Amino acid sequence: MALALQTFATVKDAGAALKAAGARYLGGGTLVVRAANEGDVSISGFIRSTEPALSIIRISGGEVRIGASVTMAAVARHPDLATLAHAARAVGGPAIRNMASVGGNLFAPTPYGDFTVALLALDATVSTDDGELPIETFLAKRESNHAIVTAVGFTLPKEGGFRFLKVSRVKPKGISVLSIATVLEHAPDGTVSSARIALGCMADRPIRARAAEKALIGRELTSEGIAPALAVARDGTSPRTDPIASAWYRNEVLPVHLGRLLLA
Amino acid sequence: MAKVPVQFTLNGAEKAEFIDSGTTLLHALRDKIGDTSPKGGCHQGTCGACSVIIDGELRLSCLTLAETCNGATIATTTGLAEGGVLHPLQCAFLDAFATQCGFCTPGMIMAAKVLLDQTPNPSREDVVEALSGNICRCTGYEPIIQAVLSAARSNSQNAA
Repeated sequence: MALALQTFATVKDAGAALKAAGARYLGGGTLVVRAANEGDVSISGFIRSTEPALSIIRISGGEVRIGASVTMAAVARHPDLATLAHAARAVGGPAIRNMASVGGNLFAPTPYGDFTVALLALDATVSTDDGELPIETFLAKRESNHAIVTAVGFTLPKEGGFRFLKVSRVKPKGISVLSIATVLEHAPDGTVSSARIALGCMADRPIRARAAEKALIGRELTSEGIAPALAVARDGTSPRTDPIASAWYRNEVLPVHLGRLLLA
Repeated sequence: MAKVPVQFTLNGAEKAEFIDSGTTLLHALRDKIGDTSPKGGCHQGTCGACSVIIDGELRLSCLTLAETCNGATIATTTGLAEGGVLHPLQCAFLDAFATQCGFCTPGMIMAAKVLLDQTPNPSREDVVEALSGNICRCTGYEPIIQAVLSAARSNSQNAA
């Protein structure tokens, strides 16, 4: 039997309806309709909002605000978001990218959620109908947060400052073995002055590689310079074993791929 | 459960139905309207057999709720042939033996149609990327890729 859909013109009204037990917010449908099709009996119905602000990308003075309903395809083709296009295209195939939303990707369980890895490296802010949260805080409590995500915001990185890598066995569309996003800044002498490294598939949700970030500060991006960061890349990780890769394999290849990304 | 109205244009014809709220577009097309060209494969958004074109974009009808398509223009493989003449992509699939069991074919063809509508002269890489969300367990993909490239060449020759 189909699960009823309730559509609201405003996020506020949708938020009120979402308080009902078992109600799930419908974004692009690639997560919640999939779960319903699979027989997730915890879902009692779908709630969505058609508020126009949810579908808008705003870029002003290097500050980006992407509405939660904006699709991966819309991000990938936006001329001012070319930096992020690679990360947006890492999500699914063409049809999925025409449906999957930025807001929904925040809830995608491992091994999905590649775009959220990019947002974590960008130190994004997640806006909800209940206020704003740093993305790391949001991700830590995403299952218990019943607010509706309305947008994500971040500062566009400097030219060449953002790097993204998705490792998959099937090309061009494969589920992640792991994904890595980095945002690096450099001092005038070329050494790393600031580093944010986000990892996908290395825990049950995207995480920061804090030890590796710390080990990169003051180092040059050479094989020798990044060696200390690669040595601690696995600190704090707890990858899962799934049909794509074992936890052991993910841990083994993480430093290899992080090294390739940093030296690219 | 209360029925809700849905209305959209399907392959150029206006369609209006009352459906159960929350019905997927795939279910509405196949079981209410009678267009069985989109196939229900995985119902998980993985296989692409249910692919249709909604307002010019390739989408998965198994993960799309029919109510969200009110006012939309939807295209399926059923609407491709005109006056009994197969679409160039359909001819190319037959000529290249790009269809064996046939279950994936409607989704493949719709994915290829979006590609050729947007990129009339695609590279092989473009074709592989465009079909990357569609799974085939028979052909090994190569005949499908060749069929799409052949259809593109055929379109270019006809346009010249």
